[in-house]
Amino acid sequence: MQLIMRKWLDRLFSFSAYSAIGLIIFVLVLVIGPIFVKGLGAYLFQGTIDNRRMMLNQFNRGDEGTLEVEWMEVKQERKSIYDMFSAFEKELDNMSATQRKTLKPVYKNIKEAVAVLIGPEPGAQLPALPRRIYGQTRWDRAQLKAKDVLFEETWDYSGAEGKKVLTPRAPLFKGTALEPLFPKIEKNLSQLMRPRLTFYPQFLTDKAIDAHFFGGIGAEVAGTIYLALGAMLIAVPLGVIAAIYFKEYAKEGPTLSFLRTCVNTLAGVPSVVFGLFGLAFFINTLHVSPGKSVLAGALTLALLVLPTVIRASEEAIAAVPHTYKEAALSLGAGKWRTILTVILPAALPGILTGIVISMGRAAGETAPIIFTAAVSVGPLVMPSEVFTTPTPALSWNLYNICTEHEAVEEIRHVQYGMAATLVLIVLTLNALAIVIRAKVSRKLKG
Amino acid sequence: MSMNASALSEQFHTHIETKAFSVFYGAQEAVKRVDMKIPQGQVTAIIGPSGCGKSTFLRAINRMNDLIPTCRAEGELLVDGLNVYDRGIDASVLRRRVGMVFQKPNPFPKTIYDNVAYGPRLHHSYAKRELDALVEESLKGAALWDEVKDRLNKNALGLSGGQAQRLCLARALAVNPEILLMDEPTSALDPKATARIEELIVQLKGRYTIAIVTHNMQQAARVSDVTAFFYEGLLVEFDVTSQIFTRPKEKRTEDYITGRFG
Repeated sequence: MQLIMRKWLDRLFSFSAYSAIGLIIFVLVLVIGPIFVKGLGAYLFQGTIDNRRMMLNQFNRGDEGTLEVEWMEVKQERKSIYDMFSAFEKELDNMSATQRKTLKPVYKNIKEAVAVLIGPEPGAQLPALPRRIYGQTRWDRAQLKAKDVLFEETWDYSGAEGKKVLTPRAPLFKGTALEPLFPKIEKNLSQLMRPRLTFYPQFLTDKAIDAHFFGGIGAEVAGTIYLALGAMLIAVPLGVIAAIYFKEYAKEGPTLSFLRTCVNTLAGVPSVVFGLFGLAFFINTLHVSPGKSVLAGALTLALLVLPTVIRASEEAIAAVPHTYKEAALSLGAGKWRTILTVILPAALPGILTGIVISMGRAAGETAPIIFTAAVSVGPLVMPSEVFTTPTPALSWNLYNICTEHEAVEEIRHVQYGMAATLVLIVLTLNALAIVIRAKVSRKLKG
Repeated sequence: MSMNASALSEQFHTHIETKAFSVFYGAQEAVKRVDMKIPQGQVTAIIGPSGCGKSTFLRAINRMNDLIPTCRAEGELLVDGLNVYDRGIDASVLRRRVGMVFQKPNPFPKTIYDNVAYGPRLHHSYAKRELDALVEESLKGAALWDEVKDRLNKNALGLSGGQAQRLCLARALAVNPEILLMDEPTSALDPKATARIEELIVQLKGRYTIAIVTHNMQQAARVSDVTAFFYEGLLVEFDVTSQIFTRPKEKRTEDYITGRFG
């Protein structure tokens, strides 16, 4: 009887363990899957002729000759739209006052929507913002913007909540010179935009143009790398030395347990507190830089990951068999020599794992760098400038362009692209940790 | 304590001498006022039941007990007339002269070559050729050369237990010590590997003063010239091995070697 009971309890336990793991995997797929799928859209998408023109003008990329040929064709296609506009404007002058009053504002909206879709009329004075110089560069955005031409958007507040109502504009312009515009935009949009599958790997390294409307995330990627590497450069020597002190030199006692408590408490401090501390201490007190800088951010991140590095190194050192130490000492090695030549090499896999995982953490942290290193918009920082210059970074700019950007909707692809890139960087670092660990352990085991 | 010690010291030159030597773990006295003269170039076996202080005594000779924070020594332990517990003595200099082989084979997770070269590299900078020769000589000394000469650059953790223990012996020999301490060197090995180590001990005798702690009384009888019997921290009897095993003077020695306790 008891045996059956125990068997069932055992099964129940296994079941809950499996379901916990299953849940984790499910959530992981649910969260990371869409990010990757949508993030891929920043690198691989249907680019329009305007994308290719923008690329040629801004980055000097692509073949000028073939583009010119295609652009001539498209210009011809688009010219008919402008012809319709001028014909309609003439008609408008001859209309009755009431008809003119209804059609003129709608026509104005249509003209604006067309300018958003295919860019300003050739020959017109070019706007200052790059986003207004070109039409829609992405086919998915172009299809959305075409709807703004075809439909009048109104809001119906008769119910409890406002409802968006889309009314087609075509019937309104029946019999006018503008009538052919609507079927043209609806059916021949691809003739106007020429979508083509575009692979844009340079998204990772290109500078952003006009607040991420065009271009890539090069400055953010570089900033993240600077910050993560810088934090490691500071945290690793300190952390490993601290771990050696804890494990090999410190004598058990109240001082040691106090120090340990300090390290463990440090690990539990919210990251935003580290950010504020970094601002107050490194920038305002120590004046390591005139204002926010990569250096100040790296110092703050180093503090944040220090407990992790110390703990991982301590555990790795503790796991080195005592017999190695005895053997080295019995051969006449001093303490420091023993640590350098026997203990640290044997502890290396564990230490490296801790380092790489901390690096992933440093790359992904946002709060500590808001006050110490990050700017929303900034150029690519050169290695020589890291001591004085703040930098954009993936984690902070992702938040920024998702919430504080003036046109959040327009740059969804950049947001997802940035998120996917950040997740990919962190995952790659973690995978690297596993590989290093396996490789070094194999080397140690022979 | 049976005092055949005077006869022993007449017969052999003394290499290690203890005078009222005690070792404490905190308040507990693990080795109690031991007077003993370990002869040069001979094999001295240290036997006794578990917890009798024989390992502690052995580890006191190269000051390995320093690793244990609560451990301290009293009295004198002289190697070539010099007290190793004097303030001016550097433990790492002492340990170069007093090599040690441990209970469990403990090669470093390095190549076979680097294991043997570890000690020499600590103390001198050798030319590659010199070091190669030294490694070969040490491995030959430990009767391991023929088995590993083609895989010197393979990791030492791939060796069998017996080979690993001989590697540890070679590693100790490479520093060119005068004294070899062996702390139950064959307790983790199978009978065949044990026999090889025992052969080695007999071969190495003469060049090195060897002190071996063992639980195996046949082993003590086979390899040692003199035997010390420890019981509860005291040196009960110290005599030529054949004497101890055939005509022990003390009742406790007799009881132990005939298997009445221990």
